[in-house]
Amino acid sequence: MDASNPLATAGRTPAVSRVRSGRRIADRILILASTLATLLGILVLGSILLMLIVEGVKGFTPALFTAPTPGPGSEGGGIANAILGSLVMTLIGIVIATPIGLMAGTFLAEYGRASKIADVIRFLNDVLLSAPSILIGLFVYTLMVRPMGTYSGWAGAVALAIIATPVIVRTTEDMLRLVPSQMREAGAALGAPRSLVIRSIAWRAASAGVVTGIILALARIAGETAPLLFTALNNNSWFNASLLGGVPNLPVMIYQFALSPYPNWQSLAWAGALLITVTILVLSVAARLVIKDQRAR
Amino acid sequence: MTALTQSIALARASGTARTAPSKSADRLFQGAAYASALLVLAVLAGILGSIVYGAWPAFSEFGFGFLTSSAWNIGTEQFGALPAVIGTVAAALLALIIGVPVSLGIAVYLTQLCPGWARKPVAMTIELLASVPSIIYGMWGLFVFAPLFARFVQVPVSNLVEGMPVLGTVLYARIPSGVGVLTAGIILAIMIVPFVASITRDMLDQIPTVLRESAYGIGCTTWEVVRHVLVPQASVSIIGAIMLGLGRALGETMAVTFVIGNANRLSASIFDPGSTIASRIANEFNEADGLQLSSLMALGCLLFIITFFVLIVARLLVRRAKVA
Repeated sequence: MDASNPLATAGRTPAVSRVRSGRRIADRILILASTLATLLGILVLGSILLMLIVEGVKGFTPALFTAPTPGPGSEGGGIANAILGSLVMTLIGIVIATPIGLMAGTFLAEYGRASKIADVIRFLNDVLLSAPSILIGLFVYTLMVRPMGTYSGWAGAVALAIIATPVIVRTTEDMLRLVPSQMREAGAALGAPRSLVIRSIAWRAASAGVVTGIILALARIAGETAPLLFTALNNNSWFNASLLGGVPNLPVMIYQFALSPYPNWQSLAWAGALLITVTILVLSVAARLVIKDQRAR
Repeated sequence: MTALTQSIALARASGTARTAPSKSADRLFQGAAYASALLVLAVLAGILGSIVYGAWPAFSEFGFGFLTSSAWNIGTEQFGALPAVIGTVAAALLALIIGVPVSLGIAVYLTQLCPGWARKPVAMTIELLASVPSIIYGMWGLFVFAPLFARFVQVPVSNLVEGMPVLGTVLYARIPSGVGVLTAGIILAIMIVPFVASITRDMLDQIPTVLRESAYGIGCTTWEVVRHVLVPQASVSIIGAIMLGLGRALGETMAVTFVIGNANRLSASIFDPGSTIASRIANEFNEADGLQLSSLMALGCLLFIITFFVLIVARLLVRRAKVA
């Protein structure tokens, strides 16, 4: 309810003269405290962005995007290999997660609906959505890194896919549920089999929302560091198109370089941090705008 | 007309013009959807299974003593979980103590006080805090927050409480470097605020306007409406939201690794460095092998049990909260 809502003010203004001062003080404290809490939140986001811009812009040179990471203590260099490695692993992660997430979301919204098994899966998917990513890293380490005997880009991509999938499942289901059932009935009345109704009617109607889910998942995995520590790790060489070894990537590079004693490495870490945060914020804002559009329709 | 007869003829010639929908393709599609959904179950089972498998050597070596031992000695291969478990719980509880009032304040502000035009942008700003990667929080905590915290909080507070009973122990920093369990708690608090605030806001928004309007109508102040109408109505989901925040705080890795100081011993002071399960794993995993690796896996197993219990309770209380 707005403070400017006539009902609220109408209820409050005449009463103010009659209320005991204790009630008024409690009210003032609440208003002050909650306004301060909100300001604090905005201040922190502002402070983080300011810090990234101040420290990161210095490192934004053309070399940042063209040169690979320099050795310890040496000057120059960029983070091109880390950007490329991150891009490749994130994309592979999304390519694995999208069909699985899409089909699982479709099952929950179209086939399962109120069935017991769908309830269980829906619930556990929500739990997986907020599961600590470090545990997913440990899982993929045991599943892939240990048997293969080496940290690998494939393991990193699989870990990212596992983090992305529940996000896609969730948004796909939510968006399919917004599609009116009359549309499905119309398709069924024309004699279309169920899978065709889902693919050409329900999916098409929900497409913007499904795309949002994929963007949200991208934003979620782009900055993940912990699972990559145990799977892709890092390496400072050029990304050589082989995913069968450690693959340079932005988050782990930022982690290692930010805590290193070399000023050049630190400034590259800041530049990388600025790059990745701005990318993620842009993706999240874009996803929210699309989702609002879909809900309004 | 000729076209029509022709097409009829064509249709007759090839049986039917349109192929009948194939039953097997339909089944295949449904099967694929079902299999994908089951994969979610398989992944969860796989996480539990793989971590228990990896942790087995440590559990069989140390048994129940793993939980109560505070040793962490690579040379003698003695490992215990106590300092990391206590650090995890302490940092997460501090995060709740600091973060929950702030989150509730933001939710009340957004639903009750914020002018209409500012509501969307303010809500968006708070939610954007949730998408900032945790490693960025770690850097911000270490390079911006910790120095300020050391200078303006740790040093004056330590000087003030020095020699006092209880407070002199809990709030005394031997080396006021800004990193420590409390710093981790504060950074975690900032990280859980957007989640708790936005879920609480959604829950408050779902309360029928009539309830609020009637309370204002009999002359309630905003505080009374919040205290006697909104909070009782939404209390179950607010507790769920808080537990969801707790789940996040328990499992958060990178931000904590940056600011907690990564000490292996227990300290009674919340200003002193400590470690959490997640930060210990992140720090040591790549150099570990043998029993140390299994012990780290065993820590992961404890983290799995704690967080999944918390998350399951949270999700039962908040049926459908926002995506990530």
